[in-house]
Amino acid sequence: MKRVNGQGSPLSESLLRLLSPTGNVGDGVFRLLMFAAGLLVVVIVLGMIIGLATHSELSLRQFGFGFLRSSTWDPVNGQFGALAFIYGTVASSLIALLISVPLSLGIAIFLVEQAPPIIARPITFLVELLAAIPSVVYGVWGIFVLAPFLRERVEPSLARSFGSLPFFQGPITGIGLLTGGIILAIMITPIISAVARDVLAAVPNTQREAALALGATKWETTRVVLINGAPGIAGAIILGLGRALGETMAVTMVIGNRAEISFSLFQPSYTLASVIANEFTEATGDIYLSALIELGLILFLVTFVVNAIARLLVWRVTRTTVGAGMAA
Amino acid sequence: MPLSSKSLRLSAFVVISTCTLIALACSGNKTGGGAVKLQGAGATYPNPLYQKWISEYEKLHPNVLIDYQSIGSGGGQKQIREQTVDFGASDSFMSDQDLKSAPGELLHIPMVLGAVVLTYNLQGLPQPLRFSPDVVADIFLGKIRRWDDPRIKADNAGVNLPAADITIVHRSDGSGTTGVWTDYLGKISTEWKQKVGVGVSVNWPVGVGGKGNEGVTGQVKQTPNTIGYVELIYALQNNLPVGLIKNKSGNFVPASLDSVSAAAAGALADTPDDLRVSITDSPGANAYPVSSYTYILAYKDQKDATKGKALVDYLWWCIHDGEKFTGDLKYAPLPADIVKRAEAKINSITSGGTPLR
Repeated sequence: MKRVNGQGSPLSESLLRLLSPTGNVGDGVFRLLMFAAGLLVVVIVLGMIIGLATHSELSLRQFGFGFLRSSTWDPVNGQFGALAFIYGTVASSLIALLISVPLSLGIAIFLVEQAPPIIARPITFLVELLAAIPSVVYGVWGIFVLAPFLRERVEPSLARSFGSLPFFQGPITGIGLLTGGIILAIMITPIISAVARDVLAAVPNTQREAALALGATKWETTRVVLINGAPGIAGAIILGLGRALGETMAVTMVIGNRAEISFSLFQPSYTLASVIANEFTEATGDIYLSALIELGLILFLVTFVVNAIARLLVWRVTRTTVGAGMAA
Repeated sequence: MPLSSKSLRLSAFVVISTCTLIALACSGNKTGGGAVKLQGAGATYPNPLYQKWISEYEKLHPNVLIDYQSIGSGGGQKQIREQTVDFGASDSFMSDQDLKSAPGELLHIPMVLGAVVLTYNLQGLPQPLRFSPDVVADIFLGKIRRWDDPRIKADNAGVNLPAADITIVHRSDGSGTTGVWTDYLGKISTEWKQKVGVGVSVNWPVGVGGKGNEGVTGQVKQTPNTIGYVELIYALQNNLPVGLIKNKSGNFVPASLDSVSAAAAGALADTPDDLRVSITDSPGANAYPVSSYTYILAYKDQKDATKGKALVDYLWWCIHDGEKFTGDLKYAPLPADIVKRAEAKINSITSGGTPLR
């Protein structure tokens, strides 16, 4: 195909070439549309940060960095601080990951490496069903089933066995950080396990055959598969973490909603997303609204920082383990 | 280039058809001809009654369309101040400062009454528990920590109270219910007023938070030895155990529609001309002490005479014919004297200086 020459300035010529290296107008339009789609994400993220920052200007100016250091949340006297909410958000998500990651990996490994199709298919279906349950349903289940179960069975025995640790002290109500973390773990397990399953299934069979041919046991073969899928599994965990940090309804219903930092998992806590959902509708007064919006900004930044840390960890771990795996 | 002009035509077609679709979608929302549309927003507490009133009123007056969004009292006050709605609704009355910042004179028109009750989870108690005001305050301040505290026992002779810690459940979401409850606690306890204060969300000294009436009820029902506060209607509809609270006259009065109306009647002497009054801790002998009005907020001078006329007619209907729907939905009706004063408020609404009724 030949280009029409002699028309257009060098600038429009080079722009056209940039849009469509092949000189095909259809390709150029397609490229432009895809570029717009990619750009839209950047615009939305920037728009959110700018929107949150401008609407929280009042609170940013009045409290400054003190907002991050104070754990007082007193709408009546206009004293606001985010520390207790940041702690609750991060702590509940960490508990959720601690429980969910081993469980999800177990599910994924079982489904891909061990289970016969007749068992794997219904289990896969059920796991995906769990992911589709609305979070308010998890919350109701949390109040009526999980919290009483934890109060009567789990927490008393935890207090008996590990009561000397600061994590398992204080009165037992079944409502608190532990319950919130467990609800989150149940909610993110389907996401992590479904993605991890796909990642493991995508590992080429030649890897398994090679490992088996070298005389590796089933466990050693699984390790080879896991090392191959490590970056993808890490991506699955980050997805799950993202949901845990931002989850609102189910956590609100079981975490106890108390703006206080307590190391005991039995004590009530509060997350950033929960306090916004709880108080935004009835918030009157400019500084109060502004402080709530600043919490939204902080949630955004916490998610950002936690994701960045997770990616950094993944990058370091995969670099060393993949290298070691290859050397072995 | 035949190929590229073809794809150009194709992309032009896609763009044009998308624009046409968007244009079609946007032109879809037309309102019916000749109908007056009123938009209201605010309190969630009276929402079931307001929806009932609207559906009944629209049956009688098909040319009036009313839409009420239950976005919360705070939202109702904000929206009417910003004139984005024709009427607002709020469980608490607006502060002097907020009224001053409004672009016109706002009226508070009481519609019905509500109340907040204490509910608890204690096994095997034959009769409702009795609470003195100072005991209620000290429980919520965290100073009375156990059920077998001598001060709780003093009001409940012969009742076998458990030797267990009290777990307090409060609302975690900002709520008019919390507003009324803390208003009461602030009136009976200076310590509460100074340390915690009055508001729709407060910094609770003790306890765990449940979301909504159903969240508080869920946690109280599920957890032994808890105590919490919920709306009277909610407690009545769900048959919750309700504590008796000693009123200003020294009587332990059960919460009922009658005792709530009695609280409004008891506070008549202290009710100012603009009807902005807190009726918690009301002096009436049969008054239930944790009661409150819920208001409709409207501008005294309506910009649009047609809309204004529709609004005053609707409000007039609500406090007269509408009253017969209050009982079924367990809202306490206004006492007769307050209906008269609400009538005067509705009659004072004008548009461009001419009265609308």
